[in-house]
Formats: sequence, C-alpha cells, structure tokens
Amino acid sequence: MAGPTLRHKRNRRFDCAATLAVTLLALASSRDARGADAHSTPTATPSELVLFEASSLKDVFARLAQRFEQENAGVKVVANAAGSHELRAQIEHGAAVDVFASADRKHMDALSAQGLVASSSIFTCNEPVLIVRTAMATTIKTLADLPHAERIVIGTPGVPIGAYTLQILQKAAGKLGADFPDRVQAKVASRELNVRQVLSKVVLGEADAGVVYRSDALAAKGKVQIITIPPDLNVTAEYPIAAMKSAAHPDIARRWIDLVKSPVGTAALREAGFVACPHR
Amino acid sequence: MIETTPRRDRRARLVSLAWSGALGVLAGLLLFIVVLPLAGLLFTSTPRQLLMGLHDPLVWPAVRLSACTTMASLFLIVMCGTPLAWVVARRRGRLWRVLETLIEMPVVLPPAVAGVALLLAFGRRGLLGPALARIGIGLPFSSAAVVLAESFVAAPFYIQAALVAFRRLDPNLILVARSLGASRPKIFFTIALPLSSAGLASGAAMSWARALGEFGATLMFAGNLTGRTQTLPLAIYTALESDLQTAQSLSIVLVAIAFALLVAIRAGARR
Repeated sequence: MAGPTLRHKRNRRFDCAATLAVTLLALASSRDARGADAHSTPTATPSELVLFEASSLKDVFARLAQRFEQENAGVKVVANAAGSHELRAQIEHGAAVDVFASADRKHMDALSAQGLVASSSIFTCNEPVLIVRTAMATTIKTLADLPHAERIVIGTPGVPIGAYTLQILQKAAGKLGADFPDRVQAKVASRELNVRQVLSKVVLGEADAGVVYRSDALAAKGKVQIITIPPDLNVTAEYPIAAMKSAAHPDIARRWIDLVKSPVGTAALREAGFVACPHR
Repeated sequence: MIETTPRRDRRARLVSLAWSGALGVLAGLLLFIVVLPLAGLLFTSTPRQLLMGLHDPLVWPAVRLSACTTMASLFLIVMCGTPLAWVVARRRGRLWRVLETLIEMPVVLPPAVAGVALLLAFGRRGLLGPALARIGIGLPFSSAAVVLAESFVAAPFYIQAALVAFRRLDPNLILVARSLGASRPKIFFTIALPLSSAGLASGAAMSWARALGEFGATLMFAGNLTGRTQTLPLAIYTALESDLQTAQSLSIVLVAIAFALLVAIRAGARR
C-alpha cells in the first residue's frame, strides 16, 4: 500500500519541478523577446540617452541630467560612471553608448582611431592638488614639505592620476632638488587603482597625504586640507567628450554635449572644482 | 496488476527520459556559464603571448606574496576556527545561534565595505588603532593587513564547513567515550578530528580559494604596493590598467594554481 502512494508523491514532486523549470525558461525567453522589441522600435518607449562618464564627472553630470530631462520631455539619461579605461574596454566590446566623456585623452584617442567615435572635443580640465589629512596640516603646507609625511598614497602609474603625479614629481625635481621624487617615493605606502581610493585613504586618516584632482578634493571638503600645486610644476588633465558613431539617438547626444559646453554646464563644472583649460 | 505493467513501463521510460533531458539542459546551462569565461581566458591568446605576459615585473612578487599570505591566513583560520566551530557546534541556545550567524556575515559584505570595516577596527582612527599604535603596531599598508583581510573574508567558509562536520558526529560516540573515562582533549583529537577530517579539509580548501581571490578588502585595508601588499588579484587589476595581456597571463596563473591545489586537496581528503 505504501509503495504506490510514495511513487505517486515523487511523480508529483517531479512534475512540480519540471513546471517550474519550464516556466522559468519561458519567462526568460519572453523577456528577451520584449527587450528586442523595445530596441527595434525606440519611439514606442521614452528615449534613453546612454552616457558613459569618467567617475570624477558623476555628481556634476547627475545634476546636469536632471535639468536635461526637464528640458527634453520623454528623455531619460542613463549614466554609467567608471574609470575611463574600463568604459573604453566596455565600448570596445560593444556596449551600446550614445555619449562618452573621458578623464583622459588617451582613451578617447584610442576609440577614435578605431572609428568608434565621431569628432571629440575637450570640454573641461581638472587640476591635480595635494591633499593632507587635517592632523598633518601644520607639518605639510606646500608641495616641498611632502617628504615629511610618514605615509603617502598616489595613483598607480597606469591610471591617469598616477601618471600625472609622476610628471609633477619630475617637474619638481628641477626646483626642489634632484632627489625630491625619490624622497617622496620612499614614503609611498600604496599605489591606488583610482583617485577615489587615494582620497578615501587620506579622509580615513590612514595616509598623511595624496595627490588627487581638485574636483575629488572638493567632494571631501572639510575632511582634508587642500594644497594647490604651483602652476609651473603642475599639469592639467583634459576631459574630452564625443558622441558615438553608433549612437541610437545622435540628436539627443548632440543636445547633451551642447548642454555640457553651455554656460550652464561650465558653471556646474566650475562649482564642482573643474577649471578652465589653459590656452596652449 | 499484470495488464497495467506495459503502460507503467512506458510511463517510467518517458519520465526517465524527460528527467535525463531536464538534468542535462539545466546542468549544462550552468556549466556553460562557468566554463566558457575560463576558456575565453585561456584560448584568446597564444602561449607565446602568455609567456611574454609572465615576464612582467609585477608577476613574481605577487605570486610570492599571495602564496605566503594565503598560507598564513589559512593557518590562522584553521588554528582558531576549528576550536571555535567545535564550541559553537555543541551549544544550544539562541545566543549561540546569533553568534553563528554573526560569523557568517563577512560572506555578504561587499569586499570594499569589508575593507572599510577593517580600517574602522584596526586602522589609525579605528576602534583598536590608538591602542595598537601605543605598542608600536601599524597594521594598514602592511603584509599583516593582507593576512587579516584574507582571514576576515575567508574564515566563514571554513567555520561553516567545520560546524557541519562536527554536527554530523554521532553524539553517542562521545557519550560512550566519556563514560569510558576519555578526557575532553582525547575525545577531540582521537574521535572528533579524525571523523570530521574530510569535511574540515574541504572547508579549508574553499576558504583558501576565497583568500587567494581576495581583492576588495585587501585593496582598501592593505593598499597596493608591489612586494608588500600587492597580491595576485591586485597585480592583475593593476596590470589591467596598462596591459591586458599581462592581466590575462596573471589570471591564468591564478586559476592554474588554484585548480592544482584544490584538486590535490580533494584527492587527499578522499583518501
């Protein structure tokens, strides 16, 4: 008596699992189908502007996006903020993007060499500054005092801020002594993979000093001391922007770039710590 | 009964066929997702390119550091995790269950957050930082910080496996041993440990693998300095900034080391 009942139960359980599996598969495929539909008929849904932006632009672009969405009814700005090299890799591997704003010309130039972007232009500049944890502010007042720090964090040479830091140290060697770069390097406790990590180590007080962009330093205002690097020793990071050749909405992409370069966009960028590009 | 047999047979064969099909499709799908990226890593460049990548100066310091720190953290985890699991496994009561859940928490923490948590505990401004500084210990940016970060994220994997293994022991075995006069250490070393060894070994293997792959907490808590805190995953990410080829070669080294060691540990545990 017990045998058949047990088998019956087992069969029912199997049916249940099979139904679940089939339902899941069906759901997955119907989702795909709907996704494909949305892609082929963009007018059916509100237009999306897909924005790939360097991490440092995240906050200021978010503010501009709000304004942009108000001015362009039915347009939604979808932003992906990451390191410029990551964004470049994603674009090279086929990400569907309308506008790319990079923190480094190198990555934009690479994309235009591959014919992936239309003409790019520099829309703003960012300036490296020295940040010092507040307790050390009396010890380190200028770039020349940097070797007095116990622990320094800088960017790894492969990321833009790390490369700029090396350039600054090289320039400083001429003025502050040939051994200046080595004296600084001797105190380097870590070579971080992005600016935000340099910043957070100084904000948390683990490192005494670091080099970041002014826009990042402003984001942590009050938590770190900001020291301007003398202009003759400093370098400027140029930020290029471009519409993608494969943009789904070239007209909206154009309007976004216009907004970023407009007086409104420039004012927002200034407020966030970005600077006018020096004429060369 | 006799005339229903053919129908039953056909039904049974159908069920069996459908079952094999469903198993194959579902299992194959996941296998595909897991194996294809590994194949992509291995087969998208020539062996010559991979060897070139291995000549990058980042490679060997990172391999050495990863080997040393993961061994140290595994030692720490097994040394202290085994007694912890032994105590927790044999206690009833709500507080012990809360403690057990607490030990699992590092698994859900995003690694970078785990790094911040470690800084807030052992960092210069952390809970224990000032006390450590007084006796001259500064953990962040040191190899010890790497070991700590790896132990923090990897320990739950070992402790969980050890708990399961210890709970599977027959309580009567321990009762009998006690009634025959065996001391508590003797029970632990001659009964509990040998009978749980397979579970403990596989837990240790999982835990070690997790420590080897540790990235976020290390980057946040220990920083990224070649030879001192730059483990294999950090070296891979650093290389990724400039040279995909080196990153790919290093990734294959990481996967190969992990694969070989896990196979060896599994084989050892089975014997």
